[in-house]
Order: sequence, then structure tokens, then C-alpha cells
Amino acid sequence: MSAHDPAYEIVKREDFSDVTYLLEVHHPEMARAARPGQFVIVMSHPKGERIPLTLADFDAGRGTITLVVQAVGKTTREMQRDLQVGSSVYALIGPMGEPSHIGPAKKVVCVGGGLGVAPVYPQARAYHERGAYVIGVIGFRNKDLVFWEDKFRAVCDEFIVCSDDGSVGMKGLVTAGIEVALSRHADIEQLIAIGPPIMMRGCAEVTRPHKTPTIVSLNPIMVDGTGMCGGCRVKVGDRIRFACVEGPEFDAHQVDFEDLMFRLQRFKPEEKAALERWQQGCRMEAEVHGGSSARMEAEAHGRSSGGGAPRWS
Amino acid sequence: MTERAPLERARTFDEVACGYTLEEALRESERCLRCPDEPCIRGCPVGIDIPGFIARIGETDLRGAYDVLTDTTLLPAVCGRVCPQETQCEGLCTVGDTLEPVAVGRLERFVGDMAIKEGWSSIPFIEPSGLKVAVVGSGPAGMACAADMAKVGCNVTVFEAFQQPGGVLRYGIPDFRLPNDVVDEEVEKLARLGITFRCNTLVGRLFTIEQMVTEMRFDVVFIGVGAGTPTFTGIPGESLNGVLSANELLTRCNLMRARDFPEYDTPIAVGRRVVVIGAGNTAMDALRVCLRLGAESVSCVYRRGRAEAPARGEELHHAEQEGVRFEWLTDPIEILGDGKHGVRAIRCRRMELGEADATGRRRPVAVGDSDFEIECDSVVFAIGTNANPIIGQTSKLALDERGYIKVDEDLATSMAGVFAGGDIVTGAATVIEAMGAGRRAARAMKRYLGLRDTDGVYDEAASGEALFGIADGQRNHARLVLV
Repeated sequence: MSAHDPAYEIVKREDFSDVTYLLEVHHPEMARAARPGQFVIVMSHPKGERIPLTLADFDAGRGTITLVVQAVGKTTREMQRDLQVGSSVYALIGPMGEPSHIGPAKKVVCVGGGLGVAPVYPQARAYHERGAYVIGVIGFRNKDLVFWEDKFRAVCDEFIVCSDDGSVGMKGLVTAGIEVALSRHADIEQLIAIGPPIMMRGCAEVTRPHKTPTIVSLNPIMVDGTGMCGGCRVKVGDRIRFACVEGPEFDAHQVDFEDLMFRLQRFKPEEKAALERWQQGCRMEAEVHGGSSARMEAEAHGRSSGGGAPRWS
Repeated sequence: MTERAPLERARTFDEVACGYTLEEALRESERCLRCPDEPCIRGCPVGIDIPGFIARIGETDLRGAYDVLTDTTLLPAVCGRVCPQETQCEGLCTVGDTLEPVAVGRLERFVGDMAIKEGWSSIPFIEPSGLKVAVVGSGPAGMACAADMAKVGCNVTVFEAFQQPGGVLRYGIPDFRLPNDVVDEEVEKLARLGITFRCNTLVGRLFTIEQMVTEMRFDVVFIGVGAGTPTFTGIPGESLNGVLSANELLTRCNLMRARDFPEYDTPIAVGRRVVVIGAGNTAMDALRVCLRLGAESVSCVYRRGRAEAPARGEELHHAEQEGVRFEWLTDPIEILGDGKHGVRAIRCRRMELGEADATGRRRPVAVGDSDFEIECDSVVFAIGTNANPIIGQTSKLALDERGYIKVDEDLATSMAGVFAGGDIVTGAATVIEAMGAGRRAARAMKRYLGLRDTDGVYDEAASGEALFGIADGQRNHARLVLV
């Protein structure tokens, strides 16, 4: 039976930092179909979980799609260890979700925080290709974590980098960068923000008094990504929406971020247990093979926020 | 038929019903009266020759019984397990007027399992027609349609969004009712008919129905994607962690194997006490899955009475035996939080049955001052599904006001060459009804393609030649003739 005939091969990998890595995966059909704002589901091996990752790029010419992943939970760390160029993921499904509406706005701000920098890039490029004036605002904790600055510069008319510690660009959160953009331009018609929920909530609050239409891409827990499980339900205005088929993008001023943040904690104990068990296994393996477990230790004590797998790339 | 003891089985995912031994099957087959008017066949959505296959069992010609079954149904091991026989064939059985009806489902399963064990398959000699057929969705409707189209020589590709084929048979029905090995076997049989399964393919998003016709050059497309989008009631507290749909519970548990967490990576945590809302087959599956996940107390909350419960009798009976608590005539009104965004309890109200409504069922009416709480860690909604929106979002197919695909009496959609059937047309129904719809669509699709319908004729003489990589032991002794 040819249920798994296509091999979803990793054709390129780039490590942006100890925890952030890029995977370019061969899937010509998906590369043609993908649009900004859509996501995919990846299962790295047959016993793995299905994790949703927002598309960071796609190239019909190369026949590939690009994901940027942060190693925070068991699955994403295992992927970081195992998915090298030439290897394949077990399942790759998508593109999923409604594409971004790239409207006629003449001046837009594209905001990416941390890993959210990657999935907002396709929007910035799409607006640029439509001839809009694009202001890029990207934020990182420090300069070592910065990636894709050049890609953004190529599609942005104005570009603001923010860092928590001021080691690169302006010191402050992306919300500070948005304030700068809003003070310079009175005619911003659209803002798109992608990043951790707390950052997206901050962006929504900054633009609310200005009534700037603001779109965010939500990252709830989901299983199938096709509208079947309802795990991804989010509160938007007074309605419950399924982020996988009605989103993932919604009007930021309507989103109940607190609800989203609570729901992201749903499997926290299981995610923690899975990670600890896995790290234990890695340490034992390292000892058996006489290798150094220093890297695993470093990971164990590294970034641990967010609980499990990131729900966005 | 032997069953595992309720309290022992309620903690494992092993199959509950062990299946007949040969002696049991022979004894049961003798109870069939061979009624000349064959009421059981009228009760079968696909019209299986029931007295015919039972007669072969009686002659201990099990291979013959399998051939009679597979004339009509491709999945006897599945249907024997999951059909609601008591409202279909067994419900019309003459013996059932005075005694227990003939156990048609169990006999069918016996033959289906025997075929799997012995490696039997009925693979027809197929003249390729050169026509390309796409089937969207690998559940029961899609499988049945694919099989019929493959048997008339079409080049059939089945597209499935999940990583494994089978649809609801895989993600929905738990292993203790329908083991996934049985689904694998039945899928394998379709693959031997020359059908290609393409998993990980979300039709509508990866390519549209329109593209399948115009660019990918499929001569005809069948859409059998199921209903699948779960409904909630809108009562307060539904956003709490610990509130989930039966679809999510079952998909995590069955398809993703969360029951074997952490060996498998997908988690499921239902806690010690679970309340399931609804009393259909899906609710029974959810209740029994929760028991097997280790919940100590599992309760079913349903606003009508036991007599009105839509679940198959055997499922209700099994759930009762295994220790599920039933709160009949009980309406959930609010899910109460524990202050940490988890569930503490569900507040319910007692109901009584009033006047009959438009569907003829008596409408439940609240009993005044009857509110009470059931303490629980999880609440599972099993109250039905809506149409999945993806096909509607990505095609111009005409939908009805509820989002289901509009079809005519031939199951043809508003787009030429595109047919649809199963839950995405009718709303949630049974496996066998979906298979029936798949076969009905296949008949119409053959007419649309100008293919004359065919009939299987079993031809022992032809058994020496093997096609489609069939091993020597697997006789492919059916020959197709035009009718």
C-alpha cells in the first residue's frame, strides 16, 4: 500500500541559535498551494504527535516549504536532534487554515516577535509585491537570537529591530517599535502581529486607541488541524471559533488572549513529564555511548517557558 | 458469542466481543429459517444476500460464505462489528418475532475474520477502463465507492487527510469495538484491487476539487469527507481546560494512541471523574474509552430517557455492564471551574418527557427546582457534528443552509462529474449507511462515465492466474461480466 509514498525530505537546515532552527522540506505540491498565513501539521515519526507550525516561507520554484521551529518541548527537541538534511518527516499535512487576506492597504506594519518573525515574513513579502509601503518591526530578546534581518530588509520600506536588552536595534519590546511606527505615520491601514500570545495581546492594546485594523495569528493546541477535534477553539468577540479552519488569523481587538493563554496550559503536566522522560533517556544514551551529555544538560536548563511544543513557528 | 468479563475488559483496549468459534457459528446458522420473502435483506442498507451467506456457513463452506458477502460488502469484518443490526437485518428477522433474532452481525464478523486469518480475498479480473477516479476521504463511504469503481476497471486514488487511511473506522471507533488491525486488513484488500491511497492530503487546501477535475484530469470525483466538526451546546464553562469533544478524545486515543502515552507522544488527560454529554454511539465509545484510560467514575448525562437514546442497544448494554453511570433525563446547564481554568463539576437539571416534537420524539421539559452538581475533572461533548467547512471554503459546490453538500437523487453535486455521499451530505449517520451512499454514488458515477454496470461471477477455473501481485494461495477467482 502506498499510503506513505512521498518522502517529505529535509533539503536544508539552518540553526539560528541553540534553540531555534529552520527546516526546508521538499513538497512541491504544497509549495505551489501555500499562501501567507497558512500552517502545516508535522509528525516527525510514527509515534510522534501532530504539531502545527505556521509556514515561514514557500518556494514553488524549489518545490519546498520552510518552517522555523523552537526547541522547547520533547517533540521539538527530538526534531532538533533528528531532523538533519537528507532525513524525512513521517507526515506533513497542509497547507491548512484560511490564507491571510492581503488587502488593498497601502501602508502596513508587519510585526514579528521571537519565533513569530518567521511566519510574518510571507505577509510582509506579499504586501511588498502588491506595492504597499511595508514597515517591518521585529523583536528578539538579544542580538544572538536575531535571524532573517536581511530577508526582511529586502521587502520592507522601513525596518525596526527591537531587543529586550538593547544589544541590537532599539531597546524595548515590539510594542515600543509599533509606537515609533505609529508616531511617524498617521496613515497606517493594517497591522499584522505574530508571536507569543502575550506579545500579540500587547500589540492589540497599542493599536486599539488608534483603531488600526490589527490581525494576529493564533496558536492554540490542536490535533487534526482540519476542524474535526475542536481543541483549537478560541474566543473571538462573543463567538467561539475553530482556529484551524476559521483562522488562524483573527481581529486582534476581538480576541480573548487570556482564554488562549489558559488553554495553552492544558497539557502542561504531560508535556513536562514527556520532556523529563526524554531527557533522562538522552542522558542515559549519552553515557552508554560515552558521548558528552553537556548539550542535553544545557538544553534542560535553557528556555523552558511555553510548556510543550510551540504551536507556531 | 463469548465476551470478556465487564470489569476485566473495562480496563483494557482489547476487543470486548471475542467472536464465534466454528461450532457456535454453525449452531447459530441453523437458526435461520430461509424465509422466502427475505425480510433481513430489505433491512440491509447495501442489500447483502443474508440467507445466502448463512446457508453457506451451514454447509461449512466458509469461503463460499465470504464470496457471497463480498458480492455486496467489501468490509464484512468491519460491518459485522459496527452495524446497528437490531434496527436493520436483525430487526426484521422472522425468528426475532418470538425468539432472539438470528445473530447476522456476529455471523458476518465470523466470516470476515476467517477471511483475514486465511488470507482470502475476492479479487476480480479487471479490464482497465482508462478512466481516472478520485475519492476524497478514506472512511466507509469513500472505501465503498472506491471499491465499486475499481471493480469496473477505473484507476482509483483515495485521498486522506490523516496519516493513515480508514476515516472514522480509524480515528473514531475504538479498538475494543473495531481493532485497527481489522481496518488495516480491509484497507489492504482495497489496495489489492489496485486502489491507491494517498494519505496526508488535505483536499481543498493542497488542491481544490476544481483542480482535480481541470488540472489533475480526474474523470469523476467522489467526496466522502464525513461531517466531523464537533458541536458544543454553548453552556457557560465550555472553554475550561478539561472540556473537550468526543472527536478529540477519540482521535487522540485511537489514531494518535494517546492511551499509550508516553510511549506515543500525544497526551490525553481525562482525570479521575468524567462526564460525557450525549447518548449516541459516539458517546458510548467516549464513556468506555474513559474507563479504559483509568477514570474511576464515568457518567453519561442525557436529556431524554434510555428508550430515546440513539446508541445501538449492544453499546448501551456494554457501557452499563462496564460500570458507566447513567443520568437519564438530565440536562447540563453549566460547567463549573476550579479557579485554575480546570473543571470542578457540572451543574445539571432533571427533565421529564412532555409532548412529542416535530421528529415524533417526546420533548424533555425541565423539572422545577431540580438542579444538582456532578463533580468531575473532564466533560466530553458527544452531541453530534456539523458539516466540515473546508470543501465549502475552497470550492464553488452548492451547499445547503447547514453547510452540507447539495446533491440530487444520483448524489451528483452542482459541479459536473463531482458526486458526494455519506455524512457530508446527510449529516452524521452510521458506517453502513455511509457505505450504502458510497455504493449508490458509484452506480451513478458509472452511468455518468458511460460504464455499463458489472456483476461478479465466481469462476474456480480461473484461479490459477494471479493478478495485482496476489500470492498463489489467494485465489482471485471472480470474473466480471457485463450485465
